[in-house]
Amino acid sequence: MNATGTATRFADPIREGLAAGWSVVDASRLDRDAALEADVAIVGTGAGGGIAAEVLADAGLRVVMVEEGPLRSSTDFRMREADAYRDLYQESAARKTADKAINILQGRCVGGGTTVNWTSSFRTPPSTLARWASAHALAGFGVDDLAPWFDRVEARLGIAPWTLPPNANNAALGDGAARLGIRWDAIRRNVKGCWNLGYCGMGCPTNAKQSMLVTTIPHALARGASLLTRARALRFLPKGDRIETLECVAMNEAGTAPTARRIVVRARMFVSAAGAIGSPALLLRSPLPDPYATVGLRTFLHPTVVSAALMPGLVEGYAGAPQTIYSDHFMDAAPITGPIGFKLEAPPIHPVLAAITLPGHGTRHAAWMRRLPHMQVLIALMRDGFHDESPGGRVRLAGDGTPILDYSLTPYVFEGVRRAMTAMAEIQFAAGATAVMPVHDEGDGYASFATARAAIAAFDLRPRATTVVSAHVMGGCALGPDSRSSVVDAAGRHHHVENLHVVDGSLFPTSIGANPQLSIYAIAAKLASGIAGRLRT
Amino acid sequence: MNSASTATRPSGPASPSRRRIIFTGAAGFAALAIARWLQPEAVWSASPAAAPGLSADGAEVMRALVPALLDGALPADRDERRAATGETVDAVAAAIEGLPPSTRRELDTLFALLALAPVRLLIAGVDARWRDATVDDANGFLERLRESRLAQKRAAYDALHQLTFAAWYANPRRWPAIGYPGPPALG
Repeated sequence: MNATGTATRFADPIREGLAAGWSVVDASRLDRDAALEADVAIVGTGAGGGIAAEVLADAGLRVVMVEEGPLRSSTDFRMREADAYRDLYQESAARKTADKAINILQGRCVGGGTTVNWTSSFRTPPSTLARWASAHALAGFGVDDLAPWFDRVEARLGIAPWTLPPNANNAALGDGAARLGIRWDAIRRNVKGCWNLGYCGMGCPTNAKQSMLVTTIPHALARGASLLTRARALRFLPKGDRIETLECVAMNEAGTAPTARRIVVRARMFVSAAGAIGSPALLLRSPLPDPYATVGLRTFLHPTVVSAALMPGLVEGYAGAPQTIYSDHFMDAAPITGPIGFKLEAPPIHPVLAAITLPGHGTRHAAWMRRLPHMQVLIALMRDGFHDESPGGRVRLAGDGTPILDYSLTPYVFEGVRRAMTAMAEIQFAAGATAVMPVHDEGDGYASFATARAAIAAFDLRPRATTVVSAHVMGGCALGPDSRSSVVDAAGRHHHVENLHVVDGSLFPTSIGANPQLSIYAIAAKLASGIAGRLRT
Repeated sequence: MNSASTATRPSGPASPSRRRIIFTGAAGFAALAIARWLQPEAVWSASPAAAPGLSADGAEVMRALVPALLDGALPADRDERRAATGETVDAVAAAIEGLPPSTRRELDTLFALLALAPVRLLIAGVDARWRDATVDDANGFLERLRESRLAQKRAAYDALHQLTFAAWYANPRRWPAIGYPGPPALG
């Protein structure tokens, strides 16, 4: 790919750091139990934990990060779905809601979701923040309150407009929307020197993506922080109204199951940043007060539906920056508390992801797969959590202590699904599609918008017959002033435990209504700065 | 293989479990038994995960279903087809080994159920053993799972779909047929 045609060797900042003596322990290799001590123990190294680690290490505090997944870096990132889903995602990218109606893509590796996300960077929509103030009584999270934190993390992570042309998959969204008079815009990305390869979801092989893996975590490690990988945080153990220790168990080398090795982390302050399934589960496993049973409630997913199209020309949706164009037209078409709004985006189209998403099997499935280079795909992300009929899901525990997510797809959501499938088909035909297939059991390749619209109108929309996916898990440890309806206060501090904070996407009282990484970064920076201030005094 | 599948293997002796299945009636049993698949934490939390990704029963079920799932993608030549099917079943087994214990227990249970003659008869309407099933038999079975209103049966279809297509299309040797050039070279 490079101009000289010679082999390029990429610097691997993780391997260099390890060689330089960073304090990193792979718990799966421990041959005895272990104990660690720190000022702050952070569970999780994704968007929340990564930012918190940097802020707290910069404050001169001794930080220990605990991560259930493995430490993998650019040298390991071979751009192959076979490796990436198994190594970098929760449950090999096959995590599901309890009723198996929604497949959830969630990172599980050092850097968490930021290592495998598609780099889309949006500030929290003002309408979402207004709702947090009005309906959830949350103070200090207005547009102006958060602006300096957004400025700070955007500068830190290179978040900027993407200046190369979109790939054909994204261009189709813009072209189709423009022909219909539907507003669209460009997505900002957290990249520096991006090669425009299209494999963000499998770990960036060139370290262009400014994930936590290559930014805040190396920074914290260079400042003396420690990182424990392949260690599952089991429970916080309190003494009185303070947590004294965090009990962890080492995972096996494959990361599939715990071993008998225990690791105990003693600290002054504990930060749960295990994500919106992991943090509620950790709190539920811990003997902590939860008098109003709020932990794990109001978990949101941005339930996402899919529309596949065939274009006459090559699309090659596997190549080029995966997400560069979006439309919020259908977010803004009605009040936020009205019929469910949805955001339109395009996803990367790699063979496994395409094949497991396309409905049915046999010759029809094979025929669509043979057209992979001509396939164009749109997704609609439903903005859940703003309406009585969209209360979100609930995280609870299985008998073995692992999390289970209950989430009901209500008629309110399905009404939006029908509008979204119709809107996506119309845009795809306007962009020149010769066939559009809404991803539903009854869906077929329709040759015109009229036939697609009629078919979608007649679909029996119900769980499982409608393919619904999620890459954004939010909520479950809601921010709020009232302990009867939230888990942590506006500082992210647990309502009943003085030295426990939550700093991740589980804080959100609703879904974000946009890809959440940047919202997590900014809010984590704000809350972690507060924690640092309180620990210094 | 877990004890449930051993005790109820259709070709085995008429164990107490087997007599109870016949007595209860295939329909009732299948509904109940598949329902358990969705409540692993209640029913199966005490059972250990099986060592290999697929039991012998599970592998037999997959060898019968893969030719229907991948109809149109598998090679036409009989020997190549058989080899590709076997390779896919092996890849499914390897993928299952990478899943968490709770999911593996669910899949063990699912495959043990699918291996049962009453379940196969009820859902597929055919009496053939899996090893004798035709592509049409397997396809009919899959379609009945897919079209089922019963959440558990439909979820079983999704599991078979996801495991098989991931195993097939993750393999670089399948990429030329779909025009996927593979990841770019960075050198």
